[in-house]
Amino acid sequence: MTYEVGTELPALSVRLKRSDLVRYAGASLDFNPIHWNEKTAEDVGLPDVIAHGMLTMAVASRIVAEWIGDPGAIVEYGCRFGRPVVVPNDDEGALVEVTAKVTKAFDDGTVKVNINAAFDGKSVLTGAFARVRVS
Amino acid sequence: MPLDPAFIGRSYPPSQPYDVSREKIREFAEAIGATSPAYLDAEAAKALGHRDVIAPPTFAIVVSMKTNETVMFDPELQLDYSRVVHGDQNFTHHRPITAGDQLVCVAHVDAITSRMGNDMVTVRTEITTVDGEPVTTAKSMLVVRGEDA
Repeated sequence: MTYEVGTELPALSVRLKRSDLVRYAGASLDFNPIHWNEKTAEDVGLPDVIAHGMLTMAVASRIVAEWIGDPGAIVEYGCRFGRPVVVPNDDEGALVEVTAKVTKAFDDGTVKVNINAAFDGKSVLTGAFARVRVS
Repeated sequence: MPLDPAFIGRSYPPSQPYDVSREKIREFAEAIGATSPAYLDAEAAKALGHRDVIAPPTFAIVVSMKTNETVMFDPELQLDYSRVVHGDQNFTHHRPITAGDQLVCVAHVDAITSRMGNDMVTVRTEITTVDGEPVTTAKSMLVVRGEDA
């Protein structure tokens, strides 16, 4: 396996449906109704229910975890929440497409992986990156 | 009303210990669709050199949630929770969160800034074991949307 700068990680597509949001709410204890109740979401000016930013961030972490094998090698993970992932009440849900690339190698045996998570053709996490121990 | 910058540098008392269980890690991992054996299978985690199953990199948000709420609902801070949006999030793992850990959180207000009528609050939560071993530093930046923003 190569960790050289420029290496692209195997892409990941994840479909988020309402049931996934409810499940994440339960697992994370984040029961904010904008993530499951369209009336509340619309009342605060959203087009529909949106996924938890932390769910999108967690889903995007899988691209690195599945690539590196030992997720314990992820020593840092950060992002900004740029745009919401809108999740309609249907069987299709929202498709989040995750890509990632090694962009930098550090002297301490870690590399920086830049991560892009796109929904509806637009990036939803801004500046998402992981620093991963590779040696 | 803008948040009071005097809160910058404030620290909150340590949380009650959080007991990390294999079952909670599994529940969280399954909720994010993760299949890495290190999250789900203790033997696989041990083969990778871990003491037990480890948690996904964002699991620290569950551990630190109560502590972050202490800050957000601090009556002196006067933060309007209905206007709060999660701006950004960063986790630095000094080592992976592992089943069997007993973790304590201490929250610090690192920054309060204002821009275009919005307030930005950065809360840093230091997660350690009950014995004081550093485990994770979690930084959350919350945006409090202004009345007119």
